[in-house]
Amino acid sequence: MMCKICGERESVINVTEIVDGEVRTGGLCAKCAAEKGIETGIGLAETPLGGFLAKLGEGVGPDAALAAALGLGCPQCGATLHDFREVGRVGCASCYLIFDAPLRELLRRLHGSTHHTGSRYADSSAAIQPSPPSSPSDGDLRDQLKRAIESEQFELAAELRDRIRRLAGDRE
Amino acid sequence: MIDLSLLPDGGMAWLEASGVGSHLVVSTRVRLARNLKQHRFATRNDAAEREAIYGEVDAAAAEAAGLRRAVRFRVDHLELADRRLLHERHLLSRELAAPEPEGRVRQGGGLLVQESASIMVNEEDHLRLQAIRSGFALEGAWKAVSTLDVELGQRLAFAFHPEFGYLTSCPTNVGTGLRASVLVHLPGLVLTKEINKILQALTQVGLTFRGLYGEGSEVVGNLFQLSNQTTLGKSEPELLDHLGKLVRLVIENEERARQLLLRDATSIIEDKVWRAYALLRYARTLSLDETMNLLSGVRLGVGLGLIPNVGMYALNKLLVFAQPAHLAATERRTLSDDETPVRRAAYVRQVLEDEVGRRGPSAGTPSA
Repeated sequence: MMCKICGERESVINVTEIVDGEVRTGGLCAKCAAEKGIETGIGLAETPLGGFLAKLGEGVGPDAALAAALGLGCPQCGATLHDFREVGRVGCASCYLIFDAPLRELLRRLHGSTHHTGSRYADSSAAIQPSPPSSPSDGDLRDQLKRAIESEQFELAAELRDRIRRLAGDRE
Repeated sequence: MIDLSLLPDGGMAWLEASGVGSHLVVSTRVRLARNLKQHRFATRNDAAEREAIYGEVDAAAAEAAGLRRAVRFRVDHLELADRRLLHERHLLSRELAAPEPEGRVRQGGGLLVQESASIMVNEEDHLRLQAIRSGFALEGAWKAVSTLDVELGQRLAFAFHPEFGYLTSCPTNVGTGLRASVLVHLPGLVLTKEINKILQALTQVGLTFRGLYGEGSEVVGNLFQLSNQTTLGKSEPELLDHLGKLVRLVIENEERARQLLLRDATSIIEDKVWRAYALLRYARTLSLDETMNLLSGVRLGVGLGLIPNVGMYALNKLLVFAQPAHLAATERRTLSDDETPVRRAAYVRQVLEDEVGRRGPSAGTPSA
């Protein structure tokens, strides 16, 4: 069956849509599906949380590796990726940063997106953040990252994590 | 035993059958999952931390207009019978209520109720805000719960990620933390065997279904809770709009199935609903499952206008009060396993007799 949008490529996923109260079904190719923001991997109905959890940690992401390098599980709650696999529940807010890569992948598969587009929480305490020094070493950045995580400054920590990654990339 | 009369409407305004489409839709519920960013989530925290969480939520609630007059329960201080009662009223989840005889109650568990809105504290997430409304009322339930969210958010530091949104214990709730569900009665689709096709189609467009008591519960009495499957990637109004459109579609299909049954199987349907009514009116023992299934038959009969003199409110009330903890509360004593079906049958007979007293006899007025 050809894609119902472009009519050029073979469809890889069947989509049911409600348009003006009518149910419409049809196949989409991977490209057109991606443009509509639809996952063409495994469908939601056949992917219970357990299936993902079993696979988590098989390819440990850079954040989990970083946490291990720092000698930590999660600094706020002590949870490791193994703990998450066991119980299927995240230990605390910091875990979402420490285990960014595997959790991001999980969220993408569960929800078909990682971008929250709903109401935004206005947290006044998050507005004041120290600016990082101009050219710190990798070790400095890791110390700052640890402190940022401990003080729950997640946006700063995400920025520091990306800088550590860039530094590592420059060295390679 | 706790005094449930302290609760406005006993926490059961959603039974009043006043909302839109109330012959098909029993109730609408919207809940938001929230966590406090400085505290570990439920699987990693300890009793002392849960006490601190309860204290912070309680203090914030005391300052919030939507919760200032809330009735507060420390769930871990309640007896089993009371926890069951609140669970049967849909105010406590199974997880927090621990309604089994040897169920372990989590220290720090709390419940705050004000009008149709409530908050469970130290459930799977630190806070579960919920609002239940009678009938099909997504907008009303959303407004109620959203107001609480804003008020509490000004006083509590919620865990929020710039990209992922609100962070939750289970990744399936991340983003908006919103789960909206509509409890619909679908006997027409079950009897015409269309239900599986419909439910399958719903799961393909991002909806999920559960039984009367939420996650993990079985469907009884043809009552289905339809709710959004995903919580991340769509805004709250988009999620509600999507669910609303699909529920309306399901309702239309249910109405069509009922008309089809009435047209093509009139005597079978009439017989079915009147048999259900007769059993509820005169049976001397009733199990809960049987009661739920018979109530479904009577509800269908009332919805089709075949049984004229029973009100939807009475049927909704029976859904709650025919449950074991409510029967025990009505009797003001513990009931044995043998006594419960007998007391249930007596209670159901009494409610239906009262309906006859108020509305006139149903028997003898079928559409012959």
